[in-house]
Amino acid sequence: MIRLTGMSGNPPLDIPEKPMKHPVIELKHLDNLWFQVTGTLCNIACSHCFNNSGPNVRTFGFLSLDSVRQELEVALRQGVKEVSFTGGEPFLHPELVRMLRLSLASAPTTVLTNGTLINDRIADRLADLERESNYSFEIRISLDGYTEAMNDAIRGAGVFRKVMDATRRLSQRGLLPLVTVVRTWSEEEELSTLAGFVRTLQEAGYSRPRVKVLPSLPLGRELKRRQSGEETLLTEEMLHGFDADLLMCSNSRVVTDRGVWVCPLLVEMPDARLGENLTGAAPAYALRHHACVTCWHYGSICGNVNAQIEGPAPAASAARLRSLP
Amino acid sequence: MTHIAVFGGIYSNDRALAAAIEDARRRRAEALFCLGDLGAFGPHPDRIYPLLREAGVQCLQGNYDNSLAGGLADCQCGYTDPRDNYFARLSYQYTFRNTSEENKAWLGTLPMTLRLSLGGRRVLLCHGSPRKINEFLWESTSSDSFLTYLLDTAQADIVCVTHTGIKWHRSLPADRHFVNVGVLGRPENDGCTNVWYALLSAEPAGVRVEFVPVAYDFRALAADMEREHLPSEFVATILTGWWTTCLEVLPQKERARGKF
Repeated sequence: MIRLTGMSGNPPLDIPEKPMKHPVIELKHLDNLWFQVTGTLCNIACSHCFNNSGPNVRTFGFLSLDSVRQELEVALRQGVKEVSFTGGEPFLHPELVRMLRLSLASAPTTVLTNGTLINDRIADRLADLERESNYSFEIRISLDGYTEAMNDAIRGAGVFRKVMDATRRLSQRGLLPLVTVVRTWSEEEELSTLAGFVRTLQEAGYSRPRVKVLPSLPLGRELKRRQSGEETLLTEEMLHGFDADLLMCSNSRVVTDRGVWVCPLLVEMPDARLGENLTGAAPAYALRHHACVTCWHYGSICGNVNAQIEGPAPAASAARLRSLP
Repeated sequence: MTHIAVFGGIYSNDRALAAAIEDARRRRAEALFCLGDLGAFGPHPDRIYPLLREAGVQCLQGNYDNSLAGGLADCQCGYTDPRDNYFARLSYQYTFRNTSEENKAWLGTLPMTLRLSLGGRRVLLCHGSPRKINEFLWESTSSDSFLTYLLDTAQADIVCVTHTGIKWHRSLPADRHFVNVGVLGRPENDGCTNVWYALLSAEPAGVRVEFVPVAYDFRALAADMEREHLPSEFVATILTGWWTTCLEVLPQKERARGKF
Protein backbone atom coordinates (compact mmCIF):
# COMPACT_ATOMS: atom_id res chain seq x y z
CA MET A 1 0.00 0.00 0.00
CA ILE A 2 1.03 3.58 -0.65
CA ARG A 3 0.03 5.80 2.23
CA LEU A 4 -0.78 9.47 1.66
CA THR A 5 -1.16 11.42 4.86
CA GLY A 6 -3.16 14.62 5.04
CA MET A 7 -1.38 17.76 6.17
CA SER A 8 -3.28 18.15 9.41
CA GLY A 9 -3.77 14.64 10.53
CA ASN A 10 -6.24 13.19 8.07
CA PRO A 11 -6.30 9.45 8.31
CA PRO A 12 -3.95 8.02 5.72
CA LEU A 13 -5.51 7.25 2.38
CA ASP A 14 -4.74 3.80 1.16
CA ILE A 15 -4.03 3.74 -2.52
CA PRO A 16 -4.09 0.24 -3.98
CA GLU A 17 -0.61 -0.86 -4.89
CA LYS A 18 -1.64 -2.77 -7.99
CA PRO A 19 -0.80 -0.61 -10.97
CA MET A 20 -3.80 1.62 -11.19
CA LYS A 21 -3.79 4.31 -13.81
CA HIS A 22 -5.45 7.38 -12.36
CA PRO A 23 -7.29 9.43 -14.96
CA VAL A 24 -5.53 12.69 -15.74
CA ILE A 25 -7.62 15.82 -16.21
CA GLU A 26 -6.23 18.94 -17.87
CA LEU A 27 -7.33 22.43 -16.98
CA LYS A 28 -9.51 23.22 -19.97
CA HIS A 29 -10.19 26.78 -19.00
CA LEU A 30 -10.01 28.69 -15.72
CA ASP A 31 -13.72 29.34 -15.19
CA ASN A 32 -13.55 29.47 -11.41
CA LEU A 33 -10.83 31.08 -9.34
CA TRP A 34 -10.90 30.37 -5.62
CA PHE A 35 -9.08 32.24 -2.86
CA GLN A 36 -8.64 30.39 0.41
CA VAL A 37 -8.45 33.77 1.99
CA THR A 38 -8.24 32.92 5.69
CA GLY A 39 -6.54 29.58 5.24
CA THR A 40 -7.98 27.04 7.67
CA LEU A 41 -8.73 29.51 10.45
CA CYS A 42 -12.37 29.42 11.47
CA ASN A 43 -14.29 30.57 14.53
CA ILE A 44 -16.20 27.28 14.73
CA ALA A 45 -15.29 23.60 14.18
CA CYS A 46 -18.03 21.68 12.37
CA SER A 47 -18.03 17.94 12.80
CA HIS A 48 -18.08 17.34 9.01
CA CYS A 49 -15.59 20.03 7.91
CA PHE A 50 -13.83 18.74 4.81
CA ASN A 51 -10.61 20.68 5.35
CA ASN A 52 -10.44 20.47 9.16
CA SER A 53 -10.77 24.23 9.63
CA GLY A 54 -11.27 25.54 13.14
CA PRO A 55 -10.06 27.92 15.83
CA ASN A 56 -6.25 27.91 15.96
CA VAL A 57 -5.95 25.65 12.91
CA ARG A 58 -3.21 27.24 10.85
CA THR A 59 -2.43 24.58 8.28
CA PHE A 60 -2.97 27.40 5.80
CA GLY A 61 -2.58 31.10 6.57
CA PHE A 62 -4.15 34.36 5.42
CA LEU A 63 -3.75 35.74 1.91
CA SER A 64 -2.71 39.37 1.56
CA LEU A 65 -4.68 41.91 -0.46
CA ASP A 66 -1.70 42.24 -2.80
CA SER A 67 -1.50 38.53 -3.51
CA VAL A 68 -5.23 38.45 -4.19
CA ARG A 69 -4.85 41.40 -6.56
CA GLN A 70 -1.92 39.80 -8.41
CA GLU A 71 -3.57 36.44 -8.94
CA LEU A 72 -6.88 38.06 -9.87
CA GLU A 73 -5.11 40.01 -12.62
CA VAL A 74 -3.54 36.83 -13.97
CA ALA A 75 -6.89 35.07 -13.94
CA LEU A 76 -8.67 37.95 -15.67
CA ARG A 77 -6.10 37.83 -18.46
CA GLN A 78 -6.96 34.14 -18.83
CA GLY A 79 -10.68 34.91 -19.13
CA VAL A 80 -11.84 33.82 -15.68
CA LYS A 81 -15.61 33.64 -15.33
CA GLU A 82 -16.24 33.77 -11.58
CA VAL A 83 -14.30 34.27 -8.34
CA SER A 84 -14.97 32.72 -4.91
CA PHE A 85 -13.59 33.48 -1.46
CA THR A 86 -13.47 30.70 1.09
CA GLY A 87 -11.53 29.60 4.17
CA GLY A 88 -11.70 28.83 7.05
CA GLU A 89 -14.10 31.64 7.76
CA PRO A 90 -13.46 34.50 5.29
CA PHE A 91 -14.96 37.18 7.53
CA LEU A 92 -12.06 36.70 9.96
CA HIS A 93 -9.89 38.52 7.39
CA PRO A 94 -9.70 42.24 8.16
CA GLU A 95 -9.40 43.12 4.46
CA LEU A 96 -12.11 40.84 3.13
CA VAL A 97 -14.49 43.62 2.11
CA ARG A 98 -11.73 45.35 0.13
CA MET A 99 -10.91 42.07 -1.59
CA LEU A 100 -14.55 41.50 -2.45
CA ARG A 101 -14.85 45.01 -3.87
CA LEU A 102 -11.73 44.47 -5.96
CA SER A 103 -13.08 41.22 -7.33
CA LEU A 104 -16.61 42.51 -7.96
CA ALA A 105 -15.19 45.29 -10.12
CA SER A 106 -14.26 42.67 -12.72
CA ALA A 107 -16.12 39.43 -12.06
CA PRO A 108 -19.09 37.80 -10.39
CA THR A 109 -18.00 36.94 -6.88
CA THR A 110 -19.04 34.55 -4.14
CA VAL A 111 -18.10 34.40 -0.49
CA LEU A 112 -18.60 31.16 1.45
CA THR A 113 -19.21 31.83 5.12
CA ASN A 114 -20.65 30.27 8.25
CA GLY A 115 -22.62 33.49 8.71
CA THR A 116 -21.82 33.93 12.38
CA LEU A 117 -19.87 37.16 11.94
CA ILE A 118 -22.39 39.03 9.77
CA ASN A 119 -23.63 41.77 12.07
CA ASP A 120 -25.58 44.87 11.00
CA ARG A 121 -22.45 46.81 10.11
CA ILE A 122 -21.05 44.02 7.91
CA ALA A 123 -24.46 43.45 6.33
CA ASP A 124 -24.59 47.16 5.38
CA ARG A 125 -21.20 46.91 3.71
CA LEU A 126 -22.15 43.74 1.84
CA ALA A 127 -25.35 45.37 0.59
CA ASP A 128 -23.25 48.31 -0.65
CA LEU A 129 -20.94 45.93 -2.51
CA GLU A 130 -23.89 44.25 -4.19
CA ARG A 131 -25.41 47.56 -5.25
CA GLU A 132 -22.13 48.93 -6.60
CA SER A 133 -21.39 45.97 -8.89
CA ASN A 134 -22.96 44.96 -12.17
CA TYR A 135 -22.05 41.38 -11.31
CA SER A 136 -23.82 39.03 -8.96
CA PHE A 137 -22.45 38.94 -5.45
CA GLU A 138 -23.38 35.64 -3.85
CA ILE A 139 -23.17 35.08 -0.12
CA ARG A 140 -23.24 31.38 0.68
CA ILE A 141 -24.06 30.51 4.26
CA SER A 142 -23.82 27.00 5.61
CA LEU A 143 -26.59 25.47 7.67
CA ASP A 144 -26.98 21.83 8.66
CA GLY A 145 -30.43 21.51 10.11
CA TYR A 146 -33.68 23.39 10.19
CA THR A 147 -33.92 23.20 13.94
CA GLU A 148 -31.50 24.58 16.47
CA ALA A 149 -30.90 21.10 17.86
CA MET A 150 -30.16 19.52 14.45
CA ASN A 151 -27.84 22.28 13.33
CA ASP A 152 -25.95 23.01 16.51
CA ALA A 153 -25.17 19.34 17.07
CA ILE A 154 -22.98 19.60 13.97
CA ARG A 155 -21.89 23.24 13.90
CA GLY A 156 -21.72 24.13 17.60
CA ALA A 157 -23.89 25.78 20.22
CA GLY A 158 -25.43 29.12 19.29
CA VAL A 159 -24.59 28.90 15.58
CA PHE A 160 -28.17 28.33 14.43
CA ARG A 161 -29.44 31.54 16.00
CA LYS A 162 -26.55 33.55 14.54
CA VAL A 163 -27.16 32.17 11.06
CA MET A 164 -30.87 32.99 11.27
CA ASP A 165 -29.97 36.54 12.31
CA ALA A 166 -27.49 36.85 9.42
CA THR A 167 -29.97 35.67 6.77
CA ARG A 168 -32.60 38.09 8.13
CA ARG A 169 -30.14 41.01 8.11
CA LEU A 170 -29.10 40.30 4.53
CA SER A 171 -32.65 39.72 3.36
CA GLN A 172 -33.75 43.04 4.87
CA ARG A 173 -31.10 44.70 2.73
CA GLY A 174 -32.25 43.09 -0.51
CA LEU A 175 -29.65 40.32 -0.58
CA LEU A 176 -30.68 36.71 -1.09
CA PRO A 177 -27.98 34.58 0.55
CA LEU A 178 -27.63 31.06 -0.75
CA VAL A 179 -28.07 28.76 2.23
CA THR A 180 -26.16 25.53 1.67
CA VAL A 181 -27.12 22.37 3.49
CA VAL A 182 -25.36 19.02 3.46
CA ARG A 183 -27.68 16.15 2.54
CA THR A 184 -28.31 13.87 5.50
CA TRP A 185 -31.68 12.52 4.33
CA SER A 186 -32.96 10.12 1.69
CA GLU A 187 -33.95 11.09 -1.84
CA GLU A 188 -37.61 10.52 -1.02
CA GLU A 189 -37.42 13.06 1.77
CA GLU A 190 -35.65 15.67 -0.38
CA LEU A 191 -38.58 17.93 -1.30
CA SER A 192 -40.16 17.86 2.15
CA THR A 193 -36.81 18.49 3.84
CA LEU A 194 -36.10 21.42 1.54
CA ALA A 195 -39.54 22.78 2.34
CA GLY A 196 -38.61 22.51 6.02
CA PHE A 197 -35.51 24.61 5.50
CA VAL A 198 -37.45 27.19 3.51
CA ARG A 199 -40.13 27.44 6.20
CA THR A 200 -37.59 27.86 8.99
CA LEU A 201 -35.75 30.60 7.13
CA GLN A 202 -38.99 32.42 6.35
CA GLU A 203 -40.01 32.28 9.98
CA ALA A 204 -36.65 33.80 10.88
CA GLY A 205 -37.33 36.76 8.61
CA TYR A 206 -35.66 35.68 5.33
CA SER A 207 -38.59 36.22 3.02
CA ARG A 208 -37.40 34.49 -0.18
CA PRO A 209 -34.94 31.84 0.92
CA ARG A 210 -32.56 30.19 -1.53
CA VAL A 211 -31.38 26.76 -0.42
CA LYS A 212 -28.76 24.60 -2.10
CA VAL A 213 -28.16 20.97 -1.19
CA LEU A 214 -24.64 19.54 -1.07
CA PRO A 215 -23.62 15.92 -0.72
CA SER A 216 -21.43 15.18 2.28
CA LEU A 217 -17.80 14.74 1.37
CA PRO A 218 -15.56 11.85 2.40
CA LEU A 219 -12.81 14.22 3.56
CA GLY A 220 -11.45 15.82 6.71
CA ARG A 221 -13.50 15.34 9.86
CA GLU A 222 -16.28 13.75 7.84
CA LEU A 223 -13.93 10.96 6.79
CA LYS A 224 -12.96 10.43 10.42
CA ARG A 225 -16.62 10.51 11.40
CA ARG A 226 -17.53 7.88 8.82
CA GLN A 227 -14.46 5.89 9.77
CA SER A 228 -14.86 3.28 7.08
CA GLY A 229 -14.59 5.74 4.20
CA GLU A 230 -15.53 4.83 0.67
CA GLU A 231 -13.08 2.67 -1.15
CA THR A 232 -13.93 3.74 -4.66
CA LEU A 233 -11.44 5.66 -6.73
CA LEU A 234 -12.03 7.04 -10.19
CA THR A 235 -10.94 4.92 -13.10
CA GLU A 236 -10.54 5.75 -16.74
CA GLU A 237 -13.46 3.44 -17.47
CA MET A 238 -15.70 5.58 -15.26
CA LEU A 239 -14.87 8.57 -17.41
CA HIS A 240 -15.80 6.89 -20.67
CA GLY A 241 -18.80 8.75 -22.06
CA PHE A 242 -18.65 11.11 -19.09
CA ASP A 243 -18.34 14.85 -19.66
CA ALA A 244 -15.11 15.66 -17.83
CA ASP A 245 -16.06 19.35 -17.89
CA LEU A 246 -18.25 18.53 -14.91
CA LEU A 247 -15.17 17.97 -12.79
CA MET A 248 -13.82 20.99 -10.96
CA CYS A 249 -10.25 20.15 -11.85
CA SER A 250 -11.07 20.89 -15.51
CA ASN A 251 -12.20 24.44 -14.76
CA SER A 252 -11.00 25.62 -11.34
CA ARG A 253 -7.94 26.46 -9.29
CA VAL A 254 -7.47 27.49 -5.66
CA VAL A 255 -4.99 30.11 -4.51
CA THR A 256 -3.73 29.64 -0.95
CA ASP A 257 -0.85 31.18 1.00
CA ARG A 258 1.07 27.96 0.29
CA GLY A 259 0.57 27.82 -3.42
CA VAL A 260 -2.05 26.81 -5.95
CA TRP A 261 -4.19 23.72 -5.44
CA VAL A 262 -6.29 21.82 -7.94
CA CYS A 263 -9.65 22.22 -6.18
CA PRO A 264 -11.10 23.45 -2.89
CA LEU A 265 -11.82 19.92 -1.70
CA LEU A 266 -8.26 18.67 -1.94
CA VAL A 267 -6.32 21.44 -0.20
CA GLU A 268 -5.23 19.01 2.49
CA MET A 269 -3.68 16.65 -0.03
CA PRO A 270 -0.01 17.43 -0.70
CA ASP A 271 -0.15 15.83 -4.16
CA ALA A 272 -2.91 18.25 -5.18
CA ARG A 273 -0.60 21.27 -4.94
CA LEU A 274 0.18 22.33 -8.50
CA GLY A 275 2.69 25.14 -8.02
CA GLU A 276 3.61 28.45 -6.41
CA ASN A 277 1.16 30.62 -8.32
CA LEU A 278 -1.37 30.51 -11.15
CA THR A 279 1.20 31.29 -13.82
CA GLY A 280 3.46 28.44 -12.81
CA ALA A 281 0.84 25.87 -11.79
CA ALA A 282 0.87 22.47 -13.49
CA PRO A 283 -1.90 22.24 -16.08
CA ALA A 284 -3.01 18.67 -15.32
CA TYR A 285 -3.85 16.49 -12.34
CA ALA A 286 -4.27 12.74 -11.78
CA LEU A 287 -7.48 12.01 -9.87
CA ARG A 288 -6.55 9.74 -7.03
CA HIS A 289 -8.84 10.65 -4.14
CA HIS A 290 -12.24 9.55 -2.91
CA ALA A 291 -13.48 13.13 -3.19
CA CYS A 292 -12.93 12.93 -6.95
CA VAL A 293 -15.64 10.28 -7.04
CA THR A 294 -18.00 12.65 -5.25
CA CYS A 295 -17.34 15.27 -7.91
CA TRP A 296 -17.90 12.64 -10.60
CA HIS A 297 -21.22 11.68 -9.00
CA TYR A 298 -22.63 15.11 -8.38
CA GLY A 299 -20.88 17.48 -10.76
CA SER A 300 -19.06 20.60 -9.66
CA ILE A 301 -20.80 20.82 -6.34
CA CYS A 302 -18.68 23.77 -5.26
CA GLY A 303 -20.36 26.09 -7.78
CA ASN A 304 -23.40 28.16 -6.85
CA VAL A 305 -25.44 26.24 -9.35
CA ASN A 306 -24.13 22.74 -9.81
CA ALA A 307 -22.83 22.67 -13.33
CA GLN A 308 -24.25 19.66 -15.07
CA ILE A 309 -23.44 20.51 -18.56
CA GLU A 310 -24.13 18.81 -21.85
CA GLY A 311 -24.84 15.17 -21.82
CA PRO A 312 -24.60 12.36 -19.42
CA ALA A 313 -25.38 13.41 -15.95
CA PRO A 314 -24.48 9.98 -14.61
CA ALA A 315 -27.29 7.55 -15.24
CA ALA A 316 -29.97 10.15 -15.93
CA SER A 317 -29.75 11.10 -19.58
CA ALA A 318 -28.09 7.90 -20.58
CA ALA A 319 -31.46 6.22 -20.39
CA ARG A 320 -33.30 6.48 -23.67
CA LEU A 321 -36.99 6.12 -23.93
CA ARG A 322 -39.55 5.87 -26.63
CA SER A 323 -42.72 6.23 -24.64
CA LEU A 324 -43.03 8.49 -21.68
CA PRO A 325 -45.91 8.00 -19.27
CA MET B 1 -26.60 40.79 -45.04
CA THR B 2 -26.75 43.78 -42.67
CA HIS B 3 -30.01 43.46 -40.76
CA ILE B 4 -31.21 40.27 -39.05
CA ALA B 5 -33.77 39.16 -36.47
CA VAL B 6 -32.74 36.58 -33.89
CA PHE B 7 -35.30 34.70 -31.79
CA GLY B 8 -34.50 32.74 -28.64
CA GLY B 9 -36.44 29.78 -27.23
CA ILE B 10 -40.02 29.50 -28.49
CA TYR B 11 -41.24 27.02 -25.86
CA SER B 12 -44.30 26.14 -28.00
CA ASN B 13 -45.61 29.71 -27.83
CA ASP B 14 -47.07 29.81 -31.36
CA ARG B 15 -48.87 33.10 -30.78
CA ALA B 16 -45.71 34.94 -29.74
CA LEU B 17 -43.81 33.37 -32.65
CA ALA B 18 -46.42 34.55 -35.16
CA ALA B 19 -46.33 38.06 -33.70
CA ALA B 20 -42.52 38.15 -33.75
CA ILE B 21 -42.32 36.98 -37.36
CA GLU B 22 -44.76 39.65 -38.42
CA ASP B 23 -42.89 42.31 -36.45
CA ALA B 24 -39.48 41.32 -37.87
CA ARG B 25 -40.86 41.43 -41.42
CA ARG B 26 -42.31 44.87 -40.77
CA ARG B 27 -38.88 45.97 -39.62
CA ARG B 28 -37.43 44.60 -42.85
CA ALA B 29 -35.17 41.96 -41.32
CA GLU B 30 -33.32 40.26 -44.18
CA ALA B 31 -33.20 36.91 -42.43
CA LEU B 32 -34.84 35.32 -39.39
CA PHE B 33 -33.02 32.96 -37.04
CA CYS B 34 -34.06 30.95 -34.00
CA LEU B 35 -31.46 29.72 -31.51
CA GLY B 36 -33.33 26.58 -30.43
CA ASP B 37 -35.59 25.19 -27.68
CA LEU B 38 -38.58 25.22 -29.97
CA GLY B 39 -40.75 23.13 -27.67
CA ALA B 40 -41.16 23.24 -23.85
CA PHE B 41 -43.38 24.89 -21.28
CA GLY B 42 -46.31 25.81 -23.57
CA PRO B 43 -49.17 23.86 -25.22
CA HIS B 44 -49.51 22.04 -28.56
CA PRO B 45 -45.83 21.90 -29.56
CA ASP B 46 -46.56 20.92 -33.16
CA ARG B 47 -48.23 24.25 -33.91
CA ILE B 48 -45.00 26.20 -34.29
CA TYR B 49 -43.44 24.09 -37.05
CA PRO B 50 -45.62 25.26 -39.96
CA LEU B 51 -45.02 28.88 -38.88
CA LEU B 52 -41.24 28.40 -38.85
CA ARG B 53 -41.21 26.68 -42.26
CA GLU B 54 -43.54 29.15 -43.89
CA ALA B 55 -41.47 32.13 -42.69
CA GLY B 56 -38.15 30.45 -43.54
CA VAL B 57 -36.79 30.85 -40.01
CA GLN B 58 -33.34 29.24 -39.84
CA CYS B 59 -33.33 27.22 -36.65
CA LEU B 60 -30.61 25.81 -34.44
CA GLN B 61 -30.86 22.84 -32.14
CA GLY B 62 -31.23 23.67 -28.44
CA ASN B 63 -30.88 21.19 -25.60
CA TYR B 64 -34.63 20.52 -25.65
CA ASP B 65 -34.59 19.81 -29.36
CA ASN B 66 -31.57 17.57 -28.96
CA SER B 67 -33.37 15.59 -26.24
CA LEU B 68 -36.61 15.27 -28.22
CA ALA B 69 -34.81 14.19 -31.37
CA GLY B 70 -32.70 11.67 -29.49
CA GLY B 71 -35.53 10.31 -27.34
CA LEU B 72 -33.65 11.23 -24.17
CA ALA B 73 -35.22 10.89 -20.75
CA ASP B 74 -34.77 14.54 -19.80
CA CYS B 75 -34.53 17.97 -21.36
CA GLN B 76 -30.83 18.53 -20.53
CA CYS B 77 -31.79 21.99 -19.33
CA GLY B 78 -28.97 21.85 -16.80
CA TYR B 79 -31.08 22.32 -13.68
CA THR B 80 -29.80 20.55 -10.62
CA ASP B 81 -32.20 21.64 -7.92
CA PRO B 82 -34.90 19.01 -7.27
CA ARG B 83 -37.63 21.69 -7.27
CA ASP B 84 -36.48 23.02 -10.65
CA ASN B 85 -36.25 19.51 -12.03
CA TYR B 86 -39.75 18.60 -10.87
CA PHE B 87 -41.29 21.20 -13.17
CA ALA B 88 -38.76 20.63 -15.93
CA ARG B 89 -39.84 16.98 -16.03
CA LEU B 90 -43.54 17.83 -16.28
CA SER B 91 -42.85 20.18 -19.14
CA TYR B 92 -40.59 17.75 -20.98
CA GLN B 93 -42.96 14.81 -20.65
CA TYR B 94 -45.85 16.84 -22.06
CA THR B 95 -43.75 18.15 -24.95
CA PHE B 96 -42.33 14.71 -25.72
CA ARG B 97 -45.82 13.14 -25.83
CA ASN B 98 -47.24 15.86 -28.03
CA THR B 99 -44.49 16.36 -30.61
CA SER B 100 -44.94 14.31 -33.77
CA GLU B 101 -42.28 11.83 -34.81
CA GLU B 102 -41.83 13.81 -38.01
CA ASN B 103 -41.08 17.01 -36.11
CA LYS B 104 -38.77 15.22 -33.68
CA ALA B 105 -36.81 13.85 -36.61
CA TRP B 106 -36.61 17.32 -38.15
CA LEU B 107 -35.20 18.72 -34.89
CA GLY B 108 -32.40 16.20 -35.18
CA THR B 109 -31.39 17.63 -38.55
CA LEU B 110 -30.86 21.16 -37.21
CA PRO B 111 -27.32 22.47 -36.77
CA MET B 112 -25.93 23.26 -33.30
CA THR B 113 -24.28 26.48 -34.43
CA LEU B 114 -24.44 28.77 -37.40
CA ARG B 115 -21.91 31.26 -38.72
CA LEU B 116 -22.73 34.25 -40.87
CA SER B 117 -21.39 37.61 -41.86
CA LEU B 118 -23.20 40.76 -40.83
CA GLY B 119 -21.77 43.57 -42.90
CA GLY B 120 -18.37 41.90 -42.74
CA ARG B 121 -18.52 41.16 -39.01
CA ARG B 122 -18.18 37.50 -38.02
CA VAL B 123 -21.30 36.28 -36.23
CA LEU B 124 -21.69 33.00 -34.36
CA LEU B 125 -25.19 31.86 -33.41
CA CYS B 126 -25.54 29.13 -30.77
CA HIS B 127 -27.94 28.01 -28.05
CA GLY B 128 -26.29 28.12 -24.60
CA SER B 129 -22.74 29.24 -25.25
CA PRO B 130 -20.19 28.63 -27.99
CA ARG B 131 -18.75 25.76 -25.95
CA LYS B 132 -21.85 24.13 -24.40
CA ILE B 133 -25.38 23.71 -25.64
CA ASN B 134 -26.79 24.18 -22.13
CA GLU B 135 -24.44 26.60 -20.43
CA PHE B 136 -26.36 29.38 -18.69
CA LEU B 137 -24.93 32.76 -19.63
CA TRP B 138 -26.58 35.26 -17.33
CA GLU B 139 -25.71 38.92 -17.53
CA SER B 140 -24.66 39.08 -13.89
CA THR B 141 -22.42 36.01 -13.93
CA SER B 142 -20.55 36.60 -17.19
CA SER B 143 -17.44 38.71 -16.69
CA ASP B 144 -16.12 40.83 -19.55
CA SER B 145 -12.97 38.79 -19.29
CA PHE B 146 -14.87 35.52 -19.81
CA LEU B 147 -16.97 36.85 -22.69
CA THR B 148 -13.84 38.11 -24.43
CA TYR B 149 -12.34 34.65 -24.03
CA LEU B 150 -15.46 33.08 -25.57
CA LEU B 151 -15.40 35.51 -28.50
CA ASP B 152 -11.68 34.86 -29.06
CA THR B 153 -11.99 31.09 -29.01
CA ALA B 154 -15.08 31.21 -31.21
CA GLN B 155 -13.19 33.49 -33.63
CA ALA B 156 -16.21 35.76 -33.75
CA ASP B 157 -16.96 39.46 -33.42
CA ILE B 158 -20.54 38.84 -32.35
CA VAL B 159 -21.98 35.88 -30.47
CA CYS B 160 -25.74 35.39 -29.96
CA VAL B 161 -27.11 32.96 -27.37
CA THR B 162 -30.39 32.24 -25.55
CA HIS B 163 -31.12 29.40 -23.02
CA THR B 164 -31.48 31.51 -19.84
CA GLY B 165 -34.73 33.25 -20.80
CA ILE B 166 -33.53 36.77 -20.00
CA LYS B 167 -32.03 39.10 -22.61
CA TRP B 168 -28.87 41.18 -22.28
CA HIS B 169 -26.18 42.74 -24.43
CA ARG B 170 -22.53 43.38 -23.57
CA SER B 171 -20.62 45.71 -25.80
CA LEU B 172 -16.88 45.03 -25.70
CA PRO B 173 -13.89 46.93 -27.14
CA ALA B 174 -13.29 46.88 -30.92
CA ASP B 175 -17.02 46.73 -31.71
CA ARG B 176 -17.39 43.21 -30.39
CA HIS B 177 -20.69 42.10 -28.92
CA PHE B 178 -22.12 39.35 -26.82
CA VAL B 179 -25.90 39.13 -27.01
CA ASN B 180 -28.39 36.97 -25.16
CA VAL B 181 -31.45 37.47 -27.34
CA GLY B 182 -33.97 36.47 -24.65
CA VAL B 183 -36.88 34.15 -25.51
CA LEU B 184 -40.26 34.22 -27.22
CA GLY B 185 -41.58 31.44 -25.02
CA ARG B 186 -42.36 33.23 -21.80
CA PRO B 187 -41.98 36.68 -20.26
CA GLU B 188 -38.67 37.48 -18.63
CA ASN B 189 -39.57 37.67 -14.94
CA ASP B 190 -40.17 41.41 -14.88
CA GLY B 191 -43.92 41.55 -14.27
CA CYS B 192 -44.68 42.34 -17.92
CA THR B 193 -46.48 39.90 -20.20
CA ASN B 194 -44.59 40.66 -23.42
CA VAL B 195 -41.67 38.61 -24.72
CA TRP B 196 -38.53 39.69 -26.59
CA TYR B 197 -36.33 39.13 -29.61
CA ALA B 198 -33.21 40.88 -30.93
CA LEU B 199 -32.50 42.83 -34.10
CA LEU B 200 -28.86 43.12 -35.17
CA SER B 201 -27.77 45.67 -37.74
CA ALA B 202 -24.41 46.48 -39.25
CA GLU B 203 -24.29 50.25 -39.52
CA PRO B 204 -21.50 52.61 -40.57
CA ALA B 205 -20.90 53.57 -36.94
CA GLY B 206 -20.76 49.95 -35.83
CA VAL B 207 -23.01 47.08 -34.88
CA ARG B 208 -26.39 48.01 -33.42
CA VAL B 209 -28.26 45.62 -31.14
CA GLU B 210 -31.90 46.36 -30.44
CA PHE B 211 -34.26 44.36 -28.26
CA VAL B 212 -37.81 44.31 -29.51
CA PRO B 213 -40.76 43.72 -27.16
CA VAL B 214 -43.43 41.45 -28.62
CA ALA B 215 -47.02 41.71 -27.44
CA TYR B 216 -49.28 38.75 -28.20
CA ASP B 217 -52.54 37.22 -27.01
CA PHE B 218 -51.15 35.81 -23.79
CA ARG B 219 -54.62 35.20 -22.36
CA ALA B 220 -55.45 32.85 -25.22
CA LEU B 221 -52.16 31.04 -24.67
CA ALA B 222 -52.92 30.70 -20.96
CA ALA B 223 -56.36 29.31 -21.77
CA ASP B 224 -54.81 26.74 -24.10
CA MET B 225 -52.36 25.74 -21.37
CA GLU B 226 -55.17 25.29 -18.87
CA ARG B 227 -57.12 23.13 -21.31
CA GLU B 228 -54.03 20.98 -21.73
CA HIS B 229 -53.70 20.66 -17.93
CA LEU B 230 -50.25 22.16 -17.88
CA PRO B 231 -49.17 23.22 -14.35
CA SER B 232 -51.02 26.24 -13.00
CA GLU B 233 -47.59 27.67 -12.07
CA PHE B 234 -46.72 27.88 -15.79
CA VAL B 235 -50.03 29.56 -16.57
CA ALA B 236 -49.43 32.11 -13.82
CA THR B 237 -46.09 33.07 -15.39
CA ILE B 238 -47.76 33.75 -18.74
CA LEU B 239 -50.51 35.83 -17.10
CA THR B 240 -48.34 37.84 -14.69
CA GLY B 241 -44.88 38.02 -16.22
CA TRP B 242 -43.27 36.61 -13.06
CA TRP B 243 -41.42 33.30 -13.04
CA THR B 244 -42.87 30.84 -10.58
CA THR B 245 -40.76 27.75 -11.32
CA CYS B 246 -37.17 26.83 -12.15
CA LEU B 247 -36.01 29.73 -10.00
CA GLU B 248 -33.12 28.10 -8.20
CA VAL B 249 -30.86 28.40 -11.21
CA LEU B 250 -31.06 32.21 -11.12
CA PRO B 251 -28.09 34.17 -9.79
CA GLN B 252 -28.53 36.77 -7.04
CA LYS B 253 -29.19 39.78 -9.25
CA GLU B 254 -31.64 38.14 -11.63
CA ARG B 255 -33.45 36.42 -8.76
CA ALA B 256 -33.71 39.62 -6.72
CA ARG B 257 -35.37 41.44 -9.63
CA GLY B 258 -38.18 38.89 -9.76
CA LYS B 259 -41.09 38.45 -7.41
CA PHE B 260 -40.46 34.89 -6.17
